[in-house]
Amino acid sequence: MSEDYREMWQSLGLDLAGHDALLGVLGGAYQDIFLSQKNRPAGMAYFDFVMSEVHGLRIRELLDEKKAGRKIIGSYCVFVPEEIVLAANATLVGLCSGADFAMSEVEKLLPRNTCALIKSSFGFKLGKVCPYLESADMIVGENTCDGKKKAYESLGHLVDNLYVMDLPQVKSDHGRALLKSEYLRFKTEVENLTGVAITPESLREAIQTVNKKRAAIHRLSALRKADPAPISGLDALLANQVFFYDNPARFTDSVNKICDELETRVAEKNGVFPAKAPRILISGCPMAVPNWKLPFVIETSGAVIVGEESCVGERGTRNLTAESGNSVSEMMDAIVDRYYQVDCAIFTPNPDRLNHIREMAAAYHADGVIHYGLQFCQPYLMESIPVEKALEEKNIPTLRIETDYSMEDMGQLKTRIEAFVEQLR
Amino acid sequence: MQKRFAGIDIGSRTIELVVVDESGKIVTSLQADTGFDPMTAAKALIHDVPYDRIMATGYGRNLFEISFDTQTVTEIKAHAIGARAFFPDVLALLDIGGQDSKAISLFESGKVKKFEMNDRCAAGTGKFLEIMAKTLGFDIESFGREALLAEKELSISSMCTVFAESEVTSLIAKGKNRREIARGLHTSVIKRAAGMINRVSSDGDIVFTGGVAKNPCMRHFLAETLGRTVLAPEDPQLVGAFGAALLARDIRDIM
Ligand code: SF4
Ligand code: SF4
Repeated sequence: MSEDYREMWQSLGLDLAGHDALLGVLGGAYQDIFLSQKNRPAGMAYFDFVMSEVHGLRIRELLDEKKAGRKIIGSYCVFVPEEIVLAANATLVGLCSGADFAMSEVEKLLPRNTCALIKSSFGFKLGKVCPYLESADMIVGENTCDGKKKAYESLGHLVDNLYVMDLPQVKSDHGRALLKSEYLRFKTEVENLTGVAITPESLREAIQTVNKKRAAIHRLSALRKADPAPISGLDALLANQVFFYDNPARFTDSVNKICDELETRVAEKNGVFPAKAPRILISGCPMAVPNWKLPFVIETSGAVIVGEESCVGERGTRNLTAESGNSVSEMMDAIVDRYYQVDCAIFTPNPDRLNHIREMAAAYHADGVIHYGLQFCQPYLMESIPVEKALEEKNIPTLRIETDYSMEDMGQLKTRIEAFVEQLR
Repeated sequence: MQKRFAGIDIGSRTIELVVVDESGKIVTSLQADTGFDPMTAAKALIHDVPYDRIMATGYGRNLFEISFDTQTVTEIKAHAIGARAFFPDVLALLDIGGQDSKAISLFESGKVKKFEMNDRCAAGTGKFLEIMAKTLGFDIESFGREALLAEKELSISSMCTVFAESEVTSLIAKGKNRREIARGLHTSVIKRAAGMINRVSSDGDIVFTGGVAKNPCMRHFLAETLGRTVLAPEDPQLVGAFGAALLARDIRDIM
């Protein structure tokens, strides 16, 4: 990343020394994990560029949008509807929480046994190293797991633009009504922020924009069903991660371009891994940039990841929003319907998630499932045991991994994953 | 001349080298301490040993793979193969080594069905027993025998090495019987190991491997706790290296 961004970072109030350190680690990891892969699709060059400019050009674009009067909204969860944000002339960005930062400061505010994702989001704030967070005009928190719910109370003291959305925990008429009223409240809040009233036209256009982005990812996912897999799980994960940062239209084009290339690869049986390489489905907690640890270990152990049952993955992107509504109210209902299906582990009971894992394992021809739980993440760790049991009853080998962002357990992780891959051969 | 196949198991505490002939019979077996520099120790161990092909396992396998350009196998699979060579019908295996422990269940075919490994710390491993033996003033070789001589056990509530050590120290200070304390320590390791085995396999005989399998108190009470037969090979520490050597023999592609 070039030097001319320093002024921009400074103006955002970033801690330049800390930020340099973060970018240094990020760049090194990217080199080792992504650029060292063999036979990558040429279209990945776009994502390499995006990643190299993730704190540079993309932030400049966002600041330019701001200058032109657009608002930036940051979110921590796939329950925050991008359709509403876009329709009110604002841009939604995901706030990445995939690396430990300023941990000693974080542990002054959060108990040690808080999941790495939450700790990381605090670390990025306290360490002043996230330009997305600092550019945001509004930060949306949401009442999902207990950890996040309570953490937002503390985050509220660190930022002055936090908005907290309530979310249901049970899929019921009440739950749906709550989601709807919260989306309506959010809509008003966003409209107030931007001063732009959402119209049927703007909302329809926003729905279409987001649907296209999702459809592009669906196309990418479908191509991963092929054996040999035409793209590595790491690269596909990266596309799913960039989903949360990039300009939607440009993202859609870039993913579609990769898909054109992958179609040729599939036709030519040209894979990134040899045919018959063990195929793995990952299921569990979201993997935010730059959390590439587990996929890296898996794919350097000779297996290929063919799908992610994750919010940075198919749990987040499946299901389109119906485009048929005529009025804002009809379209808001369609948005509620679409998001209401997200089967996050904070719901109880949550049978849809298990069904989805089974469906995915079959659709992507997975030989085994690795359940990824962040240490201290109650919802997903709790679900991992019945998930494992249910899958094994169907003779789908399953490995439960519980880990965090540190590298301390790399040796053990490698042994467990390699042994699991040996088991699948 | 018959071909020779070697397996080297580079663990955190010890390194084992086993060489087998074409029929799978052990012709050489050696052991050394891992020390601070595992690769130097490994190099010294294989120095004068002739073999046609070697396979590395254990936590140091990847380092060895780079230094010696060989193939590797995880200790899970290596143990499964080694254990089945000793006990062809067994479907469950418990390995407690210096710093880790694992429980493995197998299909009838000998393939790994499911496995569990201990967490990051030393609780429930050989290291734990070693430190406790020292605290109690026993040498590790006789620790199990002494514990077996106890008439009852004193229960130890902590599994954390640090806390358990202070618990033991205070029991000694209170004048409690050292053998009874030793028995209690064994029981706490066994409870953990039994839990691990039960999560992967619910019945049938169990092969017990790793350095801790040499401990008679562990073998005795593990069998009693589980109500299952516990089998231990003559030298339970060699099982991983033996399995790796057999695997080196069975890969035909390079030959
Ligand atoms: S896992 Fe749940 S809380 Fe986390 S992003 Fe997904 S929906 Fe939101
Ligand atoms: S990973 Fe689990 S604990 Fe952490 S924020 Fe997500 S749901 Fe909550």
